[in-house]
Order: sequence, then structure tokens, then C-alpha cells
Amino acid sequence: MLIDYLPILLLLVFAIGFAAINLALSHLLGPKKPTPSKLSVYESGVQPVGNARQRFTIRFDLIAMLFIIFDIEVVFLYPWAIVFKKFSESSGYFILIEMLVFIGILFLGYIYAWKKGGLTWD
Amino acid sequence: MEFAGIKSLIFYAFALLTVASAVLVVTVRNIVHAAFSLMITLFGVAGLYVFLQADFLAATQVIVYVGGILVLILFGVMMTSGRLQMRIQIERGQLILGGLVALLILLLLFGVISNTPHWEGIKDDGSTLEPTTRTIGEMIMQGEFLLPFEVVSILLLVALIGAALISRKEVRDEE
Repeated sequence: MLIDYLPILLLLVFAIGFAAINLALSHLLGPKKPTPSKLSVYESGVQPVGNARQRFTIRFDLIAMLFIIFDIEVVFLYPWAIVFKKFSESSGYFILIEMLVFIGILFLGYIYAWKKGGLTWD
Repeated sequence: MEFAGIKSLIFYAFALLTVASAVLVVTVRNIVHAAFSLMITLFGVAGLYVFLQADFLAATQVIVYVGGILVLILFGVMMTSGRLQMRIQIERGQLILGGLVALLILLLLFGVISNTPHWEGIKDDGSTLEPTTRTIGEMIMQGEFLLPFEVVSILLLVALIGAALISRKEVRDEE
């Protein structure tokens, strides 16, 4: 039923509303008397060195790609896990082998990325 | 009846959110703002999937697109532009070409919608809603979509090897 999604919607509304209202209220009501020491970095922050807006190394891209690929693998595990019991009772280990082939092929790629040094960060 | 009214109100809110943020994606000058607008668009689409009673697709949309693809897009921005304040310039030729592609996709979508046979099965009050994950699992594992399922892993393997190769090249260039 669609009503089952109501808690998710309420959570969204409260999360966005709480953040938005707090930001708006402190912006409207808070006194603004900035001094150099007030504007400086505080609470375990350090003074920034150089510009943060420069090119990042492409190794982040590999990490993100690895994340997405195994993300999709996990997505496929959900429908498999739900029907696993039913299918394993009717056709034995076949459903397990199906998923092992799927994971095995992806594991090859994982080993490839590993051997190519994609996971080291020197 | 009260429930149906609130439901359509929420639906139009999600639809408005999706369309408005999608318009922002293509009109806003700052590429980072465009990427974050895209996040709202993808999230709104997930909400629309819920209204289409495609709960598995909605969860996948949030997990893969909002959680994964968007991070990749932001990384792409950080790696290519050099400066995050890169401004996007749209030329007239691109506008015409983009409009043409958008029109073709619209026609394609209309074709798919009109050829979808089970469209009437979705009741407006959500009474026919049941979790689709089991149905998807049965269709994949029963043999009908077993081969596409295994081919997906090959596709992901190709993407994995491609990503490993590209980042490997960069490592070699640095040394």
C-alpha cells in the first residue's frame, strides 16, 4: 500500500524542515557583528593552505566506479535473496550457482583492479 | 476520498520538484549547482517510481543514482574542470541539437507508454500495490531473464576494467 511510504515522507519533511527552519531562524534572528577573530576557523579547524579548488587525482574515479559496480551487485542480491529459499527447495543448488557465476565474473574484475594497483594509494 | 486528494497533492509536489530541478540542471551556470540540482531530480524520479508502485526500482534509484552516479559526476567535475567555478556556455547549435534529441526521447517514451500492456493494472488508490522484489527475483532466476542477468555482470566487469585501466594510465604519467 502507498500509505506504507508515509513514514519515509514524514522523515523527509521533518529532516528538510528542521534544517531549513533552523538556518532561516538563525539567519533572521541572530545578531551579526563579525570581527576577524569571530570569522576565523574554530572548533578543531586549521587555517586553509592554498586553494581547495584544484584538480583532484583520477584515483577517486576508480574508487567511485568500484563503489557503483559493487553497489549494483548488491542491488541484484536483494531479489535473489528473497526467492532463494523457494528456489533452493525446488531446484537445489542451481540458484546458488547462478549467483556464484554472477559474483565470480565481478570478482575477476576486482582482482584485475587489485593487481593493477588500483587499490593502493601511495 | 480524503486520502486520494492528499495523495495527488504529494504526487504533484514530487512532479513539480522533479521538473523544476531538471530545468535548473540545464539552465544554471555553475556546474556544481547543476550537479546538485540533478540530485534533486533523481530523487524526485525515485518518488515518482513509488507512485508507479515500482518500489524496487525506487530503492535502486536512490541507492545507485542518488548515492553512486551523482558522486561520480561530482568527481568528474573535480577532475576535469580544474576550477569548480567553470561557467557553462550554450551555443545556438547545441540548443537545436539538444532540443532535437529531447524531442526524439519524448517520442520514444510516448511509444513505450502506449505499448505497455499492464498500465491499467495500476489502481489509482494504491490498492494493487505489492512488493515487486519477489516478482523480479522470480523472473530473473526462473530462466526468462537469467542470461541477461549474467550478461549484466560482464557489462559491469567491462566497466570495472575500464576504470582500472584509465586510473592506471594516470599513475604511470605521474611517475
